[in-house]
Amino acid sequence: MIIDHPLLGPRDSAEFIYMGDAAMIDRPNPETASPQDWHDYAYLRDNPAGKHRELWFHEGGDRSWLVVTRNTLTHEISKVEMARDVARARGRSK
Amino acid sequence: MSQRNRLEGGQIDRNTSLKFTFDGKEYEGNQGDTLASALLANNVRLMGRSFKYHRPRGPLTAGSEEPNALVELRGGARQEPNTRATTTELFNGLMAKSQNRWPSLAFDAMAINDRFSNFLTAGFYYKTFMWPAAFWEKIYEPIIRKAAGLGSLSMKEDPDAYDKGFRHCDLLIIGAGPAGLMAALTAGRAGKEVILADEDFRMGGRLNSETLSIDDMAASDWAAQAVAELATLRTVRLMPRTTVIGAFDHGIYGAVERVSDHLHTPDEGKPRQILWRIYAPKTLLCAGATERPIAFENNDRPGIMLASAIRSYANRWAATPAKRIAIFTNNDDGHKTAADLQAKGVEIAAVVDTRADAPLNDMYQVLRGAQVTDTKGRLGLTFAEVKLADGTSRTLECGALGLSGGWNPNVHLTCHQRGRPEWNAGLAAFVPGGTLPPGMSVAGAANGDFSTHGALTSGAVAAKKALGLKGKAAKTPQAEDTPVSQTPFWYVEGCSRAWLDQQNDVTVKDVKLSHQEGFRSVEHLKRYTTLGMATDQGKTSNMGGLAIMAELAGKAIPEVGTTIFRPPYTPTAIGTLAGRMKGMEFHPTRLTPSHFWAKERGAVFVEVGNWLRAQWFPIEGETHWRESVDREVRQTRASVGVCDCTTLGKIDVQGTDAAAFLNKVYCNGFAKLAVGKTRYGLMLREDGIAMDDGTAGRLAEDHFVVTTTTANAAKVYQHMEFVRQCLFPDMDVQLISTTEAWAQYAVAGPNSRKLLQKIVDAEFDISNEGFPFMACANITVCGGLRARLFRISFSGELAFEIAVPARYGDALMRKLMEEGEEFEVTPYGTEALGVMRIEKGHAAGNELNGTTTANNLGMGRMVSKAKDSIGSKLSERPGLNEDDALKQVGIRPVDPSKKITAGGHLMNASGPVNAKHDQGYVTSAAFSPTLDSMIGLGFLKNGGERQGEKMRLVSPVTDLTVEVEIVSAHFVDPEGERVRA
Repeated sequence: MIIDHPLLGPRDSAEFIYMGDAAMIDRPNPETASPQDWHDYAYLRDNPAGKHRELWFHEGGDRSWLVVTRNTLTHEISKVEMARDVARARGRSK
Repeated sequence: MSQRNRLEGGQIDRNTSLKFTFDGKEYEGNQGDTLASALLANNVRLMGRSFKYHRPRGPLTAGSEEPNALVELRGGARQEPNTRATTTELFNGLMAKSQNRWPSLAFDAMAINDRFSNFLTAGFYYKTFMWPAAFWEKIYEPIIRKAAGLGSLSMKEDPDAYDKGFRHCDLLIIGAGPAGLMAALTAGRAGKEVILADEDFRMGGRLNSETLSIDDMAASDWAAQAVAELATLRTVRLMPRTTVIGAFDHGIYGAVERVSDHLHTPDEGKPRQILWRIYAPKTLLCAGATERPIAFENNDRPGIMLASAIRSYANRWAATPAKRIAIFTNNDDGHKTAADLQAKGVEIAAVVDTRADAPLNDMYQVLRGAQVTDTKGRLGLTFAEVKLADGTSRTLECGALGLSGGWNPNVHLTCHQRGRPEWNAGLAAFVPGGTLPPGMSVAGAANGDFSTHGALTSGAVAAKKALGLKGKAAKTPQAEDTPVSQTPFWYVEGCSRAWLDQQNDVTVKDVKLSHQEGFRSVEHLKRYTTLGMATDQGKTSNMGGLAIMAELAGKAIPEVGTTIFRPPYTPTAIGTLAGRMKGMEFHPTRLTPSHFWAKERGAVFVEVGNWLRAQWFPIEGETHWRESVDREVRQTRASVGVCDCTTLGKIDVQGTDAAAFLNKVYCNGFAKLAVGKTRYGLMLREDGIAMDDGTAGRLAEDHFVVTTTTANAAKVYQHMEFVRQCLFPDMDVQLISTTEAWAQYAVAGPNSRKLLQKIVDAEFDISNEGFPFMACANITVCGGLRARLFRISFSGELAFEIAVPARYGDALMRKLMEEGEEFEVTPYGTEALGVMRIEKGHAAGNELNGTTTANNLGMGRMVSKAKDSIGSKLSERPGLNEDDALKQVGIRPVDPSKKITAGGHLMNASGPVNAKHDQGYVTSAAFSPTLDSMIGLGFLKNGGERQGEKMRLVSPVTDLTVEVEIVSAHFVDPEGERVRA
């Protein structure tokens, strides 16, 4: 596969390490989260047949984490974002 | 004159004759021959034995779709089984042997299987080797294994090299027949980057096998001229002998280039084959079509071939399988073969045409509405029985029989991403359909354009369209444009031992039987009968099986569906896929800066991840590794030892939020760590399980140096980047791995300070007061060389770790050895390191094994509740904190001479020994020279409260039961006085 890195352009997927569901970004708020929230975060992952947002680490490159929107049936990649931007957009900061 | 069946003409070089052997007998062929064409020219039709029934077989085809003529090539370490004689380029000195026969090809003892064919039908294995279950391993499997397989391996290491490479282009064209050549000319003339790949050594495809003309030129001459023009185009890369084996995601194609298969041995420095990864935004599949046979009784005798293959042998290779040949056809194409053969002086026994209205001519006899019903000839065809339209029979004497049942487009690569071919009723064949791999289009016969004119035109048009080229297409050369009509005719009524899949010995009868037994899905049929599951993937057999199945089910072929094809298109050697990645080249080997020093010292090395680390340093007189390891431990504990710990992961953490960041990734606190101090840190996974441990030294307010274990260096770095980028994106913190930048050495033992004082520059005070336990600092050594010094200890002794820029590592090690002579300094390896850390009770990889928590490791109180950190919340789960949770303990055998082993389980002193009564397990064990006894670390239920208890250590695997005592995990210096000395 080829991943169109937002900063570096198209790169071979062999340069990346795959981690799975981008929901990993949504770590529960330690102040307010319930045990159930932590359980769900640690153990539950979506595994859809179709569009999936997933985390890829550019280990053989600039070491950035990316959020790649990929169709798991066709491997079509429709969007590639910097994970940091996604995290900020989802309200994460310090 | 040995080449009895050599004809006139052809594209072989008659001035270059090549000697080769087949089953030890010497033959002669010519440059341009394949092994199959040369054997046929020498009147050899019998080339192998079939897989199951050991039936005599000859080539069915003249290409890579060949099911029968599989031979063993070369000898010695280069011996290569199951190679198709039809694609093997002849070279001088080629050695070939037939396979799957004993004692000889002409007389094969296993041919007895043929007599038992009634038993060896579809599902034979499933039905026969069912029970008793115990018979599987000892009886059935050895028998099956012995009988299975065709060729044999040399069992020696392949002496040749295999490479991998990458190529990019605008347009990849697969197949250099009329469509592919025309497409390449169109794209190449427009200046586009083109790769034209063809599995053959001579480009041109069918043009080399036909007598037709293009632009008043012989077709093969036109092809040669096109190839010559393409060779002059700067942006066109011609890749003959290259099979595109798979269409992968996002326009990535796998291709195997046979660089040296046509040579006796590869040229100096050249690989045998190259596996190319071709990046092509656009691809044009011009793979042509494969003729399909017709099934009838005993249709597998040597000499019975596809008519188009006989035509190829005659026209391209000037070879004929026999002097008198019959043709069995259901279409006009079979007549082309008859006409070409006759023009070459081969006698045509008759053309048996299933059509009642078959065209007649005065050149040869046409038997209209007739069918071949059976054949004769034990080791090669002698007679064909024909049933005429009026019901009478006739026997034709012939040494070969050409079969022409129509053509199947080679759709294979269009299916590699689950595209399903579609049935074209007009062509009575499957054509590319469904969703093709993105960027792929198909032209020529592969797309059902069977005429030469159609192929040329569609190649040009498809190339233009794929690349978005403007302007008028170049004029298509003049060529035949006969409309193709194919009427299906798959098998002769009433036949049973009629072969569909010749390589796997699947007959019409087998397909009928599987239908009778209830297998309705085409996928089930395939697996039950093994139809199409041989190395040729059923290129010549799938359609026949499918058609019979459809007929039995009373359905139309498209209703039954088709199996789809997977990569690789043709069999690919494992060595090609591995490339250079074998032996020590399987992964990169990382050497520390003082590796060559260690080698000079005679160190024994061990692989740790990609690293090679010194395991121990034997000295003169030591014959057993334990002697060396014990000495290294004693010498270190008595005076001073040096260990290379460069391989530990080192991560530089900088920024105003560096401390806050480490507070997140470590479960214990780092915010209050003073500058100039180091702290042990434990990292948890978010689920509360320990992930890794190490130290972090604070060199400045905003600068930490983190170490990780050797094994987890990459994983921890990845994790820290995840935390930084995905969880806390606004923290002002930067990370960089500096593992390779610094060479680092542990200097341990009571004399370690004295040794270091000899090399640390005078202005730095490393006394116990000036540089206490857990201190760290930037210093200089040896008169100004920058270095980092940490007072940390893994061994339990007074110890330091000193780091210098990597390029000085070797010099520093030599210096330490030289200056340490007066203290009898010893280098020590990973074994002594391991012994000492077990003696001290430090957890390592064996204890941080992916199942243990901080609580298990006896570090539960380290998990700070005052702050949020990764894993802190879930480490509080009740399930991980029960009263009888496993706790790390030390273990000693009651009798010091007894052995204990890691992996053994702890059981109470009395009572049953089983999983239910399991109390814990041993994670690490070593002989302690300090205690003169085996010692171990492990996890024990409620281990904190059970010191002094006698237990049994059992290991059913090694049949071990030892009485042990539970002790403190800190065998040496439990108070920690030495490290603070």
